[in-house]
Amino acid sequence: MRIPYDWMSTYCDPGMEPEVLAEKLAMTGTEVERVVVSGPPSAENFVIGEVLAADSHPDADRLRVCTVDAGEGDPLSIVCGAPNVAAGQTVVVALPGAVMPDGMKIRKAKLRGVPSEGMICSSAELELGEDSDGIMVLPEGLADPGTPAGDVLPVSQVVLELEVTPNRTDCFGLYGVARETHAITGAELAPPPWQGESLAAGGEVEQLVSVKVEDQDLCPRFTARAFTGVTVATSPLWLRARLIAAGQRPINNVVDITNYVMWLTGQPMHAFDLDLVPNGALEIRSARPGEKVRTLDGAEREPGPDTVLVCDENGPTSIAGIMGGAGSEVSETTTSVLMEAATWNGPNILRSSRDLNLRSEASSRFEKQLHPALAARAQIVATGLMIELCAAKPVEGMVDVAAPMPESRTIRLQAGSVERILGLAIDAQAQLEALDKLGFGVGRDGDDLAVSVPPDRHYDVTREIDLIEEVGRVNDLDQRLPATLPCGSGRVGRLSRQQSLQRRAEDSLREAGFDEIVGMSFTDPSEAQLLRLAPPDPRAIAVALSNPLSEDQSIMRSTLIGSALGAARRNLARGAESVALFESGRVYLPAGEFGSGPLGGDFPGKQRPPVNEPHHFCVLATGSIDPASWGHDAVGADFFKIKGVLERLAAGLGTSVEVVAGEQPFLHPGRSGEVLVEGRSAGWIGQVHPAVAAEWDLGEVVAFEIALADLLEASPLGEEKYVDFTAFPPVDRDLAVVLPDSVPASGALEAAREAGGKLLRSVAVFDVYRGDQIGDDEKSLALRFRFGADDRTLSDEDVTAPWQKIIAALEGMGGRLRG
Amino acid sequence: MGQKATERIFEIEAEATVEVEAGENVAGLEELRVKWLGRKSELTGILRGIAGLEPAERGLVGGSANKVREKLEATLEARIAELSAAELETSLSTDSIDVTLPGSPVRAVGHLHPITRTRRLIEDVMIGLGYQVMEGPEVEHDFYNFTALNHPDDHPARMLQDTFYVEPGGGAPAEVGKQDVLLRTHTSPMQVRAMEAAPPPLFMIVPGKTYRRDSDATHSPMFHQVEGLAVAEGITLADLKGTLLAMLREIFGPDREIRMRPHFFPFTEPSVEFDVSCFKCGGTGQLGKGDRCNLCKGIGWIELGGAGMVDPNVFGFVRDAGYDPDSVTGFAFGFGIERIAMLRHGVGDLRLFFDNDVRLLEQFS
Repeated sequence: MRIPYDWMSTYCDPGMEPEVLAEKLAMTGTEVERVVVSGPPSAENFVIGEVLAADSHPDADRLRVCTVDAGEGDPLSIVCGAPNVAAGQTVVVALPGAVMPDGMKIRKAKLRGVPSEGMICSSAELELGEDSDGIMVLPEGLADPGTPAGDVLPVSQVVLELEVTPNRTDCFGLYGVARETHAITGAELAPPPWQGESLAAGGEVEQLVSVKVEDQDLCPRFTARAFTGVTVATSPLWLRARLIAAGQRPINNVVDITNYVMWLTGQPMHAFDLDLVPNGALEIRSARPGEKVRTLDGAEREPGPDTVLVCDENGPTSIAGIMGGAGSEVSETTTSVLMEAATWNGPNILRSSRDLNLRSEASSRFEKQLHPALAARAQIVATGLMIELCAAKPVEGMVDVAAPMPESRTIRLQAGSVERILGLAIDAQAQLEALDKLGFGVGRDGDDLAVSVPPDRHYDVTREIDLIEEVGRVNDLDQRLPATLPCGSGRVGRLSRQQSLQRRAEDSLREAGFDEIVGMSFTDPSEAQLLRLAPPDPRAIAVALSNPLSEDQSIMRSTLIGSALGAARRNLARGAESVALFESGRVYLPAGEFGSGPLGGDFPGKQRPPVNEPHHFCVLATGSIDPASWGHDAVGADFFKIKGVLERLAAGLGTSVEVVAGEQPFLHPGRSGEVLVEGRSAGWIGQVHPAVAAEWDLGEVVAFEIALADLLEASPLGEEKYVDFTAFPPVDRDLAVVLPDSVPASGALEAAREAGGKLLRSVAVFDVYRGDQIGDDEKSLALRFRFGADDRTLSDEDVTAPWQKIIAALEGMGGRLRG
Repeated sequence: MGQKATERIFEIEAEATVEVEAGENVAGLEELRVKWLGRKSELTGILRGIAGLEPAERGLVGGSANKVREKLEATLEARIAELSAAELETSLSTDSIDVTLPGSPVRAVGHLHPITRTRRLIEDVMIGLGYQVMEGPEVEHDFYNFTALNHPDDHPARMLQDTFYVEPGGGAPAEVGKQDVLLRTHTSPMQVRAMEAAPPPLFMIVPGKTYRRDSDATHSPMFHQVEGLAVAEGITLADLKGTLLAMLREIFGPDREIRMRPHFFPFTEPSVEFDVSCFKCGGTGQLGKGDRCNLCKGIGWIELGGAGMVDPNVFGFVRDAGYDPDSVTGFAFGFGIERIAMLRHGVGDLRLFFDNDVRLLEQFS
């Protein structure tokens, strides 16, 4: 919202620099984006001049050499290219030193050999109009030559660019900003421009204009006045200047009046050429299927069924509250005007404008819900201007089709309420004065205040809490409010167990040498194909966006591997030789079972989340994982390196994982596994399929992805129970067994565990041999067993029985002991 | 006979001691041990011959021989120890390496993402102030993201946040803006979820990902926020100010000040935006020789986030859970994690955080 400072000052002049007022506005709730200047940055060196002579240029047909009286000293010689320049004209002269709006500085110069000591300005050059074809000719005798132009023309206007919050419809009118200025500075406020007049419904106008409203819920008020004898012309300079400074394009005096009134009061208006409205009959109704409207911007639009139209007997003429139609537009030939000021249903306007993808100054006001009282105010102000600027004759009365006005509201502000909410005491008198200046009606009621809300704030201020905010914000809140901490008991700040274990897991990967990445939650639908994922795999059923920014960000990721592969590719393309990355983040799956706790997607609250979003860890490495030195080569990341990282991650959480053979569509079929935690599937691990890796321009890549909640659930951290280790030392035994390759190590271990009974504490692989001494499709596993009991030191005899069973079990699966 | 044997024993001592002390290496000394103390040595012979002596002489000869034997043992051991220490030093001095060569590298530790580090910093500060940390869903119902936060249907406040909507499963796409499921536009939906789940007093923060349809150097369609909510009896706007001030001083330094500017948010009343005094120019807006501070653009303040007192209409949605606006009040605040990270670490472009270039990541150990 652009507020020309001088215009605003005609209603409330705060007597301070605009920047100072801007700061005060910002600190009381009206953000000021910028303070700018409309027109030249300064009015300095712009003066009124009189053209004494305009002679032809000796060397250029299109140029004139003008002699201009610009006050002091001798008349100036100015070369001018405008076709309309003529002796006797009163003009604006930019003297050497003047700076134009585009930053160009005027200097003495020679044009085709003739000296030029300034420039005669067009209205466009001064940003006072759009006419750039010729110089701006001022009314004769406007001011004596040499008068600073800024004294008689708005040459350089300071404009406050406000960012008005959507609740403050009052500040979408300049008078509302003036009232706000009054409240925060105490400077006097002039009465509103509509004060002292009223317009009764009915009267002669009803013989010329009739209005029918289909649904008063969608159009709570429609007012219309008629004017005859209208002279359509260009608006006077002051009006054009104000509109331009406000950012509005001047059109003609009638249209300019509607815009001016909107800027001043906050109430949009629309002017019809009354002669183009058959029988002066308007009907307000919802759009019918297939109906089209040609709007003022020349476009033909097809509104949806909820959109409200203003129609005449020939059909729709404009889209209510959003944009007028081209059919009954005011033009140079117009002599009778129908002036509309209506109130529309805010949510309906917002919806229609969104559906039509059409926003206007009018709709941006109506969508926030204006009070019906504003319509009559706008009619009053517009009537005065129509008489003054268009020599119009108002037809007596006003058509006023209105639902009952919203009941005006009185709110009690209790004595202790301000302090209870703000933590700052503001005395009753100061509260009363603040509300009074803001335009509320305030009376005392015992210790309390009884506050009546003006129409401008009807929809914004509805409760006591809203009054408390009003009182607070204009009472120097920032400076006066103390900084305290909440007192009271019953709270302990700490991380939950899941949260602290999550941190530990992240730290463990960091310490293992992995860099953490944060990938985008969005991804490209084609990623699933690249990863060879297809339904019924839940990862192939995407949570899709209806309105993505782009196709490659149109679905939510269902696995973290895509983000990790993408980050690896980018880094390698930029010269990194190897990367070791991890991500701790969520994936988004359509539905299904939730895991435990927030990391499993089970969040507090009555309603279940719409999709399942468990927290995963993904770890990826490519290239060397242990660096080379002068003593040895680098060690490349391979399956067992990344499996070691997984095991370390689990061990760091006090638990362990088991990897069994298991394929993923995007993994090397011979080098992939399923990760089990306490026997349940919790993720995958493997070498990325070379063809998949190639899609990301990568070579050998190893990775795993695991559901964090599953891993943490198995963690005993913080809940460990001491086991006595001093009393009865364990017995360790090793053996080597040759097994066919078809038996996985995990199978041998499981069989041994089962056979070992309760005395077998642990068993692990500590060496693997392949080679000449055994068959080509065999491997030899060296296993270490630890036996123990809680109540005695085991003897050799104790171990003999389980040991025989273990050997039998291993032989039972095709193994033979190695010497 | 006895007399002679005793004399010989002392001669052996003298001769052997001279030889042992003159010994120059451990191997030579071992030979001397054999020569003087071995099974075939003279001293051993004397001891063996004791049985042939007069009984009266046996004690004297045997005692002397054993004494000398012990002394020679001790002398030998001392000399061996001396020599082997010297020999070790000699051998070490020839076994030298070039200590100036580079060390054998072990895999360097990795790096936490600056967003994680910043999030943890904020969490730790707020934990210290007595807050729990909670997480909430990123794909959320309209009810929690808007309706229960006092954004009625078709309310212009909904336009303030450009929202991503999620396609309903199966069926035809619903009309944009009329869908129930969306990507949360702020971390605020957890306010309502947390209040539904537990009665007051409630002091919690919610860090997490949030989404808005916006993309440029200072906006990413995905970004991170931290929400804060404190509800109890007697909570005031002044408490909000004190809490934010305490937090900002922990993050940006003990000399920081806070500024609160009244603003509008549908779910707080009164609402404010809060700024921290610029830590680069100390809030003066100027650097050194009167140059404008480029961090705060000469304003002296840096905008950080929004806050306010929980609107009674929000409590209206959780009244059953024990939130009666007549008995409890509360404050809420929210701000961006990236913004804090950008300010603290001088990162100019928000999008760098999601590019995951290791050359950026490795600057944050």
